[in-house]
Amino acid sequence: MRTSNQNDSDPDQDVVFEVRDLEVTFGTNRGESRVVRNVDFDIYRNETLGMVGESGSGKSMTSSALMNAVVSPGETSGEVTYYPPDGGEPISVLDLDEEELRKFRWGEVAMVFQGAMSSFNPVKKVRGHFRETLEDHNRDVEAGLERAHQILGDLYLDPDRVLDSYPYELSGGMKQRALVALALILEPEVLVMDEPTAALDLLMQRSIVSLLKELKEEYDLTIIFITHDLPLLTKLADRLVVMYAFDIVEIGSTEEILYDAAHPYTRSLLNATPDLNAPIEEMQSISGAKPDPVTNIPGCSYRPRCPMADESCAEAEPPMADRGSGHRTACFYHDDVADEIPIPAMEAAEEGGESE
Amino acid sequence: MSVDNSILSVDDVSVHFTDSSGFLGLFGERQTVRAVDGISLDIGENDVVTLIGESGCGKSTLGKTIIGAQEPTHGSITYRGQDIWEAKNSRDPDIPFSEIRRSLQIIHQDPGSALNPNQRILTSLMLPLKKWNPNLGEEERRKRIYALLERVGLTPAEDFVERFPHQLSGGEKQRVVLVRSLLLNPDVILADEAISALDVSLRVEMMDLMLELQDLFNTSYVFISHDLSNARYIAEKSGGRIAVMYLGRIVEVGPIEQVIGDPQHPYTQALKWATPNLYEGDEDDDLPIRKIDIPDPTNRPSGCHFHPRCPKAREVCKTNDPGAFEDENGHAARCFRADDTHEYWDSPSIVDD
Ligand SMILES: Nc1ncnc2c1ncn2[C@@H]1O[C@H](COP(=O)(O)OP(=O)(O)OP(=O)(O)O)[C@@H](O)[C@H]1O
Ligand code: SF4
Ligand code: SF4
Ligand SMILES: [Mg+2]
Repeated sequence: MRTSNQNDSDPDQDVVFEVRDLEVTFGTNRGESRVVRNVDFDIYRNETLGMVGESGSGKSMTSSALMNAVVSPGETSGEVTYYPPDGGEPISVLDLDEEELRKFRWGEVAMVFQGAMSSFNPVKKVRGHFRETLEDHNRDVEAGLERAHQILGDLYLDPDRVLDSYPYELSGGMKQRALVALALILEPEVLVMDEPTAALDLLMQRSIVSLLKELKEEYDLTIIFITHDLPLLTKLADRLVVMYAFDIVEIGSTEEILYDAAHPYTRSLLNATPDLNAPIEEMQSISGAKPDPVTNIPGCSYRPRCPMADESCAEAEPPMADRGSGHRTACFYHDDVADEIPIPAMEAAEEGGESE
Repeated sequence: MSVDNSILSVDDVSVHFTDSSGFLGLFGERQTVRAVDGISLDIGENDVVTLIGESGCGKSTLGKTIIGAQEPTHGSITYRGQDIWEAKNSRDPDIPFSEIRRSLQIIHQDPGSALNPNQRILTSLMLPLKKWNPNLGEEERRKRIYALLERVGLTPAEDFVERFPHQLSGGEKQRVVLVRSLLLNPDVILADEAISALDVSLRVEMMDLMLELQDLFNTSYVFISHDLSNARYIAEKSGGRIAVMYLGRIVEVGPIEQVIGDPQHPYTQALKWATPNLYEGDEDDDLPIRKIDIPDPTNRPSGCHFHPRCPKAREVCKTNDPGAFEDENGHAARCFRADDTHEYWDSPSIVDD
């Protein structure tokens, strides 16, 4: 169990989502599967928050829980509080009824789900999808379509051509951008994107990331962006959340995570990520098996794979240690991690920078 | 380009698909896609060639053509001097077609679909050995399989061979598939997005493993990826080459250090921009292409096929098709800018800012 003092939100930040003690469980024939475990974090208004972590670590489950959209028969518990802009009444998302959720989901918080390109109805033109969404939420359809034109144009699409197309007539990259436009049609405050670019080519991925930055400024968005692609994410995100074994192990500004990561998993992940500059002799995969959501590892969940683990790591769960300015990490030895697990790519870049 | 001791020679190969292969236009008119368009490439002993490009650029079709799984519409592929498709169609070739196919193996992106879900790993590995190496006894076959499984870290092998594919992780499955192709002692393995489905944290390990086994087995790799940093990793670690494809052609090819360190083609430069690095200074968010979307492959642009997207395009690029300009290091690019004396430099720009 974690201590409670770190549960207070940073008073200097305008918080849009406050998540406390979030749990998601599924009953399975092997026992209870805990796929999100005791997760606490805040999302700040108008930030881009990136989520990384290996496949199955709980990123999609955590982000679905923000909209109380975990697939059945999953059970979500804990607190998810949404603060509307301009000091409106806070909303307890997990307590909303069906009708309230329907309004909340698209109107306040819109989501582009993992693998969502198939979510267009194949026999309906793209214009029909925009129209239907506007009608369902009792919005002015003409004004909405006007807005659709503008957003599609912002995304380097020919608005009329796209609106008059059937989904199958668009390439993957066009479809994905049309989905982003559709998510923004009701002027939501928050946009959640789960692997929105994973199925796309690198040039398309990077272009969408650049365009998202512009959209965020233009429409005052808060963005939550989930991906395996850490280098790409660092070009977009203000802060990063690192998930391991169904919980957050480190959170901080992108700068801090890159240059001062204090969790062994985060540092090993940085060393395992190939990029064009990384010294190839020094790159290393993370060995060992992924954790199983049905098993509870006593103590620190990273222990079986951690090169720094000792007996005390088996005895208790490491609390989230505060390293200042919102940088927090769950490791007993967070002060020693930088010395024990160097990051050669970072050192190479720093040396290169000095000699210039 | 040519290399010493070439195992495979791809000579001016094209693969065109017409409507019978399923490429119908919006109105059902006859369409031709030039998936591969006049490509030449040599693959040597212990060589590594990585192919990179956007989806639909023809990487996989070229890969399949290289290993004799796709017949080219034009041009020829020779394996140790024997034309592959002549071997298939002639009665008495110097090297039989079956022998060529055994020597050229493929590993796909999805290791799950490559393994029969109802067969234990042992069966999946025994069958190809039995087929290609009928003289080997049961015990000998089993020994070879165990040794190789242990070699790729699937220990204890006795335990792994008894499992079914669903009892393995993605990374473990991909290793089994690698073992299965290596058991046939191939000359060339085509790895088509073979590590793309693996978690980032496992990719480096899988690429290292492939290269370690290369030393042991004398295998060459053709490594297809849409990810430039993976392609760079495996090519740089093995001293290999990279070939950048765009709309059916190789637009830039050469030793990895030169292509990545000093890209000549604006398309390669755009791919490099699209591959951000963890530790680098100010990022540049201006798109280095004028259009995000790839043109319709059935209706390729005139002149240089890249001109509608190219930020450096000039009038001459609309009408003239650049050939490959090669430097003394075997670094070649299909762009007029690689030729200092080309009329391109006097041609007016068509890019309006
Ligand atoms: N419908 C489901 N029923 C039961 N368990 C599930 C279900 N969907 C996912 N899980 C499990 O929940 C855990 C977390 O999954 P989640 O989808 O959040 O992972 P992720 O981090 O998004 O992974 P990826 O990067 O592969 O998308 C995993 O162990 C997964 O197997
Ligand atoms: S608490 Fe112990 S096992 Fe966990 S990450 Fe830190 S050193 Fe490793
Ligand atoms: S030939 Fe012209 S259009 Fe083609 S890549 Fe070079 S500059 Fe661009
Ligand atoms: Mg996910």
